[in-house]
Amino acid sequence: MGSFQSLPDDHQYRTLSQKTGFSLEQIAILHNRFKQLSQNEETLRRDDLKTIQDLESNPIRSQIIEAFFDSRNFQKDGVGSVEEIGFEEFLTVMSYFRAPPQHITEEQREEMRRAKLRFLFNMHDTDNDGTITLEEYRHVVEELLSRSGALGRETAKGIADAAMLEVASISVGPMAPDEFYEGITFEHFLKILNGVEIETRMNIRFLNMDATVLCK
Amino acid sequence: RRRIHYKHEAQTARDCLVLHHLSPMRRRGFHLIPRLSSIVPESCLLIVVGLLVGGLMKLVGEIPPVLESKIFFLYLLPPIILDAGYFLPIRQFTENLGTILMFAVVGTLWNAFFVGGLLYGVCQLEGHRLVTVDLLSCLLFGSIISAVDPVAVLAVFEEIHINELLHILVFGESLLNDAVTVVLYHLFEEYSSVGSITVMDVFLGIVCFLVVSLGGIVVGAIYGILAAFTSRFTSHTRVIEPLFVFVYSYMAYLSAEVFHLSGIMALIACGAVMRPYVEANISHKSHTTIKYFLKMWSSVSDTLIFIFLGVSTVAGPHEWNWTFVMATLIFCLVARVLGVVGLTFVINKFRIVKLTSKDQFIIAYGGLRGAIAFSLVYLLKTEHFPMRNMFLTAIITVIFFTVFVQGMTIRPLVDLLAVKKKQETKRSINEEIHTQFLDHLLTGIEDICGHYGHHHWKDKLNRFNKKYVKKCLIAGERSKEPQLIAFYHKMEMKQAIELVESGGGAKFPSALPSTVSMQNIQPKKPPQDRALPQLSKAREEEIRKILRTNLQRTRQRLRSYNRHTLVADPYEDGWNEILIKRKKMKELEKKMNNYLTVPAPPPDSPTIARARLASDPQAWGLKSVTESIPTIKVDLASPQSPESVNMVDEFGKKGSQSKASKEEEGGLTMKVPSPTNQRKDKTADEDNDKEPQQRLMRCLSDPGPTAEEEDEDEAFLP
Repeated sequence: MGSFQSLPDDHQYRTLSQKTGFSLEQIAILHNRFKQLSQNEETLRRDDLKTIQDLESNPIRSQIIEAFFDSRNFQKDGVGSVEEIGFEEFLTVMSYFRAPPQHITEEQREEMRRAKLRFLFNMHDTDNDGTITLEEYRHVVEELLSRSGALGRETAKGIADAAMLEVASISVGPMAPDEFYEGITFEHFLKILNGVEIETRMNIRFLNMDATVLCK
Repeated sequence: RRRIHYKHEAQTARDCLVLHHLSPMRRRGFHLIPRLSSIVPESCLLIVVGLLVGGLMKLVGEIPPVLESKIFFLYLLPPIILDAGYFLPIRQFTENLGTILMFAVVGTLWNAFFVGGLLYGVCQLEGHRLVTVDLLSCLLFGSIISAVDPVAVLAVFEEIHINELLHILVFGESLLNDAVTVVLYHLFEEYSSVGSITVMDVFLGIVCFLVVSLGGIVVGAIYGILAAFTSRFTSHTRVIEPLFVFVYSYMAYLSAEVFHLSGIMALIACGAVMRPYVEANISHKSHTTIKYFLKMWSSVSDTLIFIFLGVSTVAGPHEWNWTFVMATLIFCLVARVLGVVGLTFVINKFRIVKLTSKDQFIIAYGGLRGAIAFSLVYLLKTEHFPMRNMFLTAIITVIFFTVFVQGMTIRPLVDLLAVKKKQETKRSINEEIHTQFLDHLLTGIEDICGHYGHHHWKDKLNRFNKKYVKKCLIAGERSKEPQLIAFYHKMEMKQAIELVESGGGAKFPSALPSTVSMQNIQPKKPPQDRALPQLSKAREEEIRKILRTNLQRTRQRLRSYNRHTLVADPYEDGWNEILIKRKKMKELEKKMNNYLTVPAPPPDSPTIARARLASDPQAWGLKSVTESIPTIKVDLASPQSPESVNMVDEFGKKGSQSKASKEEEGGLTMKVPSPTNQRKDKTADEDNDKEPQQRLMRCLSDPGPTAEEEDEDEAFLP
């Protein structure tokens, strides 16, 4: 076992706290949860996350799990996916779901918003080419409707197409019949989700967690 | 004695009718003076009108009718509350429920005791007349006046278009504090005859409060479920569907009131519970009817209430006492501000999105009092409360102050403080997709954290709802329809209505500025898929067979419309003519694709064209069928286009029986449009394709009134 395990290493926690913005208590709680999920090992694997029972009924389960192993989300300019992650990466991914503190400037708020939306974008853009193509978008909708049987699958295509048309019309405007819309870039993505207040909605209450009591 | 009673009531009824007829005209006149309406909120003007009418009546010598509490609580208040409850934005409401409850319960209690207690102190200090006012009367008065009034809040807030959070906080508070008011009112009223209260009584009061509020909600929820259940079986009697909604809601209100539970909460619970299920079951026409009736009734009630307030001011017995009235006013304002600030301090510890001081100011400033307080005081008997007239005067003063001063100044203040306003954007399908995605994502993250938070329980409730409740309360296939699909169909229908109303002709709704079509986003396809399919002989034969069977069914219904039919019976005219027309339509449809953001539906069949004409011969000139919209498929007879292959196979067995039941749906069904490319693919490899099973859509009969901005129509727990 490493130095992480027995005593909460204050120095390391402090660096993490500075990096991710979590408080020391929150980091301690999340660390306990990490240890529990990884069965007291140093690293977490996909299978460890798959053991969580509550996730079973989630239609976008695989995408959520993938997001934890996607190096684009580790804020280290990496690409591609990894097989296992350490606590730092785990915490970094979790930090995308922190609430904005009460007193922040407009630029900081915008920063946070962009970071969160980037996380979402990465979840959809699976081949990492910087755009969400029609196929990828269809996949997203199909996954969302994956619990609805045959009816879901057919309409998924129609819904994805309609949504794509909407993005194209909002972002690009009128297009000639032979022009082709490659896919949703990050800027277009920002545009269409302008009405959704991501920085206030994409949050988890990390404050009152007691991992040892509540989790399975 | 009975005759006098009758005379009085008849007089009141007559006056009501007179005012009722005058009020819509007055409203229209009011809107003709736009400058006035931008400065003065409607409620103020209505009160002034009431004052004028009351003054006039007094001059003439007649006794102006007073806002009788019975009429108010039984007839005027329920429509407004039902309108509010039915269109309550559930998502915002539940997200902020904790905050709303804090303001409603703790805030109202604080207000009541602060105002009541301090007034008692003032009365004792003042001496002479006021010293007779005892503590319990003061507390009773405090409890009546402390409640924020939903009618006044609605009237003022509706005009300032404030952001949804603040709107739901103040409005939610005004709705939920009814339980507190009811309990305090009854408590103090009873105890004032007894004389003193003990700790036991306080404890009983708390129990009473829980019973009143939860009981009201339970009663409302039961009636709501009953209404939803009834609506499941109304597919054969569509015209009386709106009636069920109204009747059940009113019964919920009455039942709650009879048992001294909170009627307002019952009504809100009833409306909110029944709405998602009822809307899935009823026809589009019924939905429109319900919406417009609710708006109409609440509008009329609203107007009458304010006018009556004005009239009652002139009429009612007054007893002006400078000290008391001024003290009441000041204490109300101070209590409100202190309460809001103090509570926000506590609440912000538990909120993710904290309330800023701007928010707090608006919440405090939006605490308007209104007609409910007036009616409650009016109900007091002078024998028990000798200072009742003084209370009445004080209440009217406070109401006037809040409605006039606060109501008029809130709009410039909102602009001055640059408070965020309501976003007028239409809800797009992208937002819906990503909102749902986000919900699942957040639930997943909570599960990974091991944290049973807000999203976890919401998800569980949704799943429970989907698995058990929806199956019970929603008829047919719609019970299994996922929310995203429901939203998508709703959007399609809205688009269809808009296109239909624009005549499908030259002008298109400005909401669709795009000229992006399916071709622009589809990946490049091999050239042969783009050509129009040539109809083979075998295909022709199949189509003819389909049409024959189809026509046999529709012939009866449509016989009377035959002279309008453009597309003739294949037996009578040449079949080739029909095919040529259909090809023409397909080409036109390609052009029309540019104007759609939902993919275009397959082109019309003869039955469809006929059916569309049958629905409204006026709206569709004979030209329109050949020239323009193949976009709206209105299919009386067959739920599926006869061009799809499996009609031949399935028609005998499945198609016919499900078709028969669908004909009974009453109204025209609209198909899900599928992309033209998809259709072309299908026609290319027709023999291998299996057309998926019938898709049952919302019934869409004739377009009806303009589809308005329906931002209030949100699905249950989105």
